[in-house]
Amino acid sequence: MQELSLNILDIAQNSVAAGASLIEIDIAAYGNDNNMLSITIKDNGKGMDRQTLSNVTNPFFTSRTTRKVGLGIPLFMMAAQQTGGSFEITSDVGVGTVVKAVFDTSNIDCTPLGDVWDTVAILIQMNEDIDFVYTASRNGESFVCDTRQLKEIMEGAPLSDPMVVRWIKEFIEENQFEIFKRRY
Amino acid sequence: MKSLRELQAIKNKMKASVNTRDSVEGKMRILVGMATCGIAAGARPVLNAFTEELARREISHAVVSQTGCIGICQYEPVVEIVEGDTKTTYVKMDAEKVARVVSEHVIGKRPVTEFTIGALKAE
Repeated sequence: MQELSLNILDIAQNSVAAGASLIEIDIAAYGNDNNMLSITIKDNGKGMDRQTLSNVTNPFFTSRTTRKVGLGIPLFMMAAQQTGGSFEITSDVGVGTVVKAVFDTSNIDCTPLGDVWDTVAILIQMNEDIDFVYTASRNGESFVCDTRQLKEIMEGAPLSDPMVVRWIKEFIEENQFEIFKRRY
Repeated sequence: MKSLRELQAIKNKMKASVNTRDSVEGKMRILVGMATCGIAAGARPVLNAFTEELARREISHAVVSQTGCIGICQYEPVVEIVEGDTKTTYVKMDAEKVARVVSEHVIGKRPVTEFTIGALKAE
């Protein structure tokens, strides 16, 4: 994957497939130089049992039937670990799944974060019936984009309207920059 | 900086045109493969390009949606265009090819044969 934001899109697709009604994506910058990034994708989907959970980091395991490999989680894990960061996934049947990866962005092997706003906008556009909460935070300051709030303003008009999608992208890009003060 | 107040303004502007695109029934469907293989190969800009092209040309007889992996990962990004019983499978798509597919296939109803999986296999 060329950007971590593409890994985020890929992991969030698992949450969509798990039947989640709420998906929370959280990116937090911290550390001496704000060089550390933690990326969390949390859903309230159907969750996984212990057996499945113990298999998901194995590239030769997948729940799908069209092919025999499942690379989404292993790729995200590898992207984090190659920076000296960490990766964890927790899940409970009927409760949901949390995927958390930590990146040291000062490491030369760190993939750029990229256009997270494109990822969030596509998720919102393609899954009108799912709510998304995107949070970017640094030093106790945070920016939140919550589709429940957007839907309230829209009063039933679709968030997938191209004008709205364009606005969502700019809304996230500009406000996130105010929080991070830089691109990762 | 963008604020929620602007969304309110967009919504007010939209009022007139809402309800025109609520029904998916009978529309041409543009399905972009968005599994790990598709995303890694560049499906996100392809999906974005379709959305923007349809909006720019004010096309309302087609909708863009996502699909999973159909098992031909080496040909990603894969896009299927479904209209009635007819399905066209485009392979190795990119944002530039999207403009042609929209003008020739979505609008002109003539598939761009050279971008389809059939053309690839004939090579």
